[in-house]
Order: sequence, then structure tokens, then C-alpha cells
Amino acid sequence: MAEKKTLISVENISKSFGKLNVLNDISLEIHEGETLTVLGKSGSGKSVMLKLIVGLLEPDKGIISFDGVDLSLMSVKDLHAMRKQIGFLFQGGALFDSMSVGENLNFVLTAHTDMSLVDREARVVKALDLVGLKEKLDEMPSSLSGGQRKRAGLARSIVLQPKLILYDEPTTGLDPITAASIAELILSLQNQLGVASVVVTHDLPTAYTISDRTIVLDGGKKIYDGPVEGLRTANQSHLNEFLEAAELDRSRREKIIHTVL
Amino acid sequence: MKQGTGLSFNKILTKIGGISLFAFRFFRQVVSPPFEFKEAVKQTYEIGVRSFSLVAVVAIVMGAVLTMQSRPTMIKFGAEAFVPAMVAVSVLRELCPVIISVIVAGRVAAGIGAELGSMRVTEQIDAMEVAALNPFNYLVVTRVIACMIALPLLTIYGDVIAMIGSAIVQQVEAGMSFRLFYNTVMNSINFVDFVPGMLKTIIFGFIIGVVGCYEGFNSDGGTEGVGRSATDAVVISSLLILIMDMLVVKVTVLIFDVA
Repeated sequence: MAEKKTLISVENISKSFGKLNVLNDISLEIHEGETLTVLGKSGSGKSVMLKLIVGLLEPDKGIISFDGVDLSLMSVKDLHAMRKQIGFLFQGGALFDSMSVGENLNFVLTAHTDMSLVDREARVVKALDLVGLKEKLDEMPSSLSGGQRKRAGLARSIVLQPKLILYDEPTTGLDPITAASIAELILSLQNQLGVASVVVTHDLPTAYTISDRTIVLDGGKKIYDGPVEGLRTANQSHLNEFLEAAELDRSRREKIIHTVL
Repeated sequence: MKQGTGLSFNKILTKIGGISLFAFRFFRQVVSPPFEFKEAVKQTYEIGVRSFSLVAVVAIVMGAVLTMQSRPTMIKFGAEAFVPAMVAVSVLRELCPVIISVIVAGRVAAGIGAELGSMRVTEQIDAMEVAALNPFNYLVVTRVIACMIALPLLTIYGDVIAMIGSAIVQQVEAGMSFRLFYNTVMNSINFVDFVPGMLKTIIFGFIIGVVGCYEGFNSDGGTEGVGRSATDAVVISSLLILIMDMLVVKVTVLIFDVA
């Protein structure tokens, strides 16, 4: 089978905020159509990694390339062209408060396409349908639940039909049932659209559900890179600690669900 | 021990530098596409029309109180006939432009600071950035232009309302008819009493817009940071308006040779 093309290449990047060293000499590649999960505890630099990939932050050291082009050498126009090919789901959805759900999606389409109003509306409805929110088209973000806001944010991320979607903690702050439904949604979008995805999470069940490959960050360093099934056999002390804590959290949650239901 | 003011000299310099660079970026971006006309019109409505009632109350009280306060003194000097002219010149040249700008700064700069600050902490500005939507043009340029358009219009509106307030007091206390009041005022004012006062509010509008947007755009520290952005936006824009007023008056005197 032919090897998949590299979409994003991260080479030896480091990033600090003041004296706090968040990422330290990290390298990774993201290939077309692949789902990569980035695991790690809070403050391990996972979200910073996503912001570096999309050019919201600049690395102190190292190179990030998209389709073989170094981000630091891109003009503003090139950077915008690259961002149109990347969808980004923020932790809280980051929907624009002053616009309805439909307008949030339409806003992006109007800015970047020459589509007619009818075509735009059709695309918006299709994207909302994919995330199961077609009936919320005219609702304001303030009237949506946390999970619905993330779904709407996801619809906005896919409306331009990107090559890559970046998910920043898509299941954090959600109840286990909604979290599982978001993970299923990511998987179904993956199957239907065939896009590459990078999912930053500390939720192990989500990682097991959706990953083709997993990396684990700890203390700004990459301590694991491989298939998600290999996590348990890697036998590294930091990794085991993280897995045990995640398993404990999972069993607690299952116990709570069992008690409630 | 000396109590800290919470705002060190270093921080003040950093803020002045930050606002100056932000203003410079505005001038660079205002001529660069995309041009968000629809959003600029919407913001002008939000900033201008929604300030109508506030400006009306402030202006009518200003005109009425100034007339009530100055009448006894003017009568003492036998200059009662000059009350409408004195009030008109004071209101048009100075009081209305400055007081309305400071009042609007309280409403609008705080509103912009809090709105953009909330957008920053909830990652909406980052979301615009990653969707290649140019948040500076969409959020900042439109609001600054809206303030620069709304402030002169609100000032003209305030001028009229303040003179109505003064006319009502003159009618009640001196029995002066509205027609006589109108004629006296129109005969005593000219171009330099009205136009420079109105034009300087374009600068005040620019200050309100830039400071409000700067504070909101650079907000950090969660909800506490949003509150701080709103407060700082009001304090800094009000101070800058008063300082700028002094400079503009000096320049106006030099240009128009106003005695």
C-alpha cells in the first residue's frame, strides 16, 4: 500500500511562556486521512501544540510545515489560504455570540467562497445535519447546551470542507454519554469526509474509540508515539501513571452512571 | 510603607506604547480589504442610536443647569440679555463636545472593552483568526469608524437638545419666547463656535474606539480580565479625551484666531 502523504510536519519545536517550558523538542507528522490523538495531563502542552500547528502561536525553536511549506516563511495571504484548509474546534465551541448557529456557518462561507445564497444555505444545512443540529439553525449560541455548542462549532469547522480538523479537548466538561456521542461523531465525520484529524484530549475512552495513532505528552516531552493499543504494553512509568489515573477516572464514571441509571 | 497604586510607570509606558501601535495598525488596516461595510453600519447604529436617550438627558440637563447657574450672576452685572449667547457659545464650543464624549466613553468604551474581552477569553477572536476571517478588520476597524461617525452626530444632536433645555429655562424664568431665544442665539454664534467643537469629537470618537478595542482585544485573565478591560477602557479613554481636548483647543485658537 502506498504511504500516505504528510500533511503537517512538526520538527524539533520548543515553546516557552516566560520561564515555563511548555513544549521541548517535539517532532511529529500528521498524514492525510489519519486520526492522531494527543494525550497528556492538563498543562502538558497539548493545546499549545494545536495553536502552533495553525499559526496562532509561533514556536521559539523548530519548524512546522503544512503541505511541505514552512509556516514561518508564509505570507499572510498564504497563511490564510492554509487556514481555509484547516478546521479548528475550540474547547467551548467558540461560536460567535452575536450570530445565530446558521449565521456562524454562513459567515465563514460568505467570507471565503463565491457561492450563491441558495448554495450556501444548502451547505450550512448539510453541515448541521452531519452533526445532528439541523433544527438549531436559527437558535442563538446562548440557548445551546455545552455539547450542542461543540457540535455547532464542529459544523462550522467542516463547512469549508477542510483537509484537516484540529479538536481541542472535544469531550472535556461533558457528561460521559454526551462525550461518547461526540467521539462517535468525530469517527463518523472521519469516515464520511475522509479528513485528517488531530484530537487533543485527556479522555482515554475517546482516544481508544477514534485513534489511528496516539502520542502522549508529559512535561513538554513526547513519551509515546504509536498505535493506541500499544499504550498498555509500552511500560513506561510516566505513561503507566497517566493510564492508571485515566482508568480510575473511567471506572469512577462508570460506577456513577451505573448508580444513576 | 508607601501603598502601591497598582499601575507602575513601566505598565503605563507599556500601555501607551500598546495603544499607539494599535492605533497605527488601525490606519494600516482601514485601507486594506476586506471592507466590512455592513458591520460598520450595524456598529454605528449600536453606538449612535442606542446612545440617543442618554445623550438627550445629559444635554437637556446641561443646557438647563448652565442657564440656571449663570442667570443670577449675569443679572448682577446687568448682562441678562447675553445669557442665551453665553450658554450657546459655552455649549457649542466646549461643554457639549467634551461632556457628551466622556459620557459616551462610559457607555461605549466599556461596552466594546467587555464585548471584545469576552470574545477574547472565549476564544472567539482566535476562532476568527483560524478561519482566516481577519478579526482586526471585522471587530476593530468597524467599531473605531462607527465611533468616529457617531460622536459628531451625537454632538450635533446634543447641541440642539442642550439649547432646548436652556430655552425652556429662559422661558420659565425670564418669560423669553422661543423665537426670541432662537434669534438671539443664531445672531451670536458663528462658524468657529460650532465647527471646531464638532470636528474634535471625531478625534474623541477615535480615542473611544481605539482604547475600547485595544483593551478588549488584549484582554486576558478570564472574567476578571474582562471586567478590568471594561474599566480600563473607560478610565483611559476619558483621560485621553480631556488631555486631547486641551491640545485641540490650543490648535483651534491658533488656526481660527478665536479670541
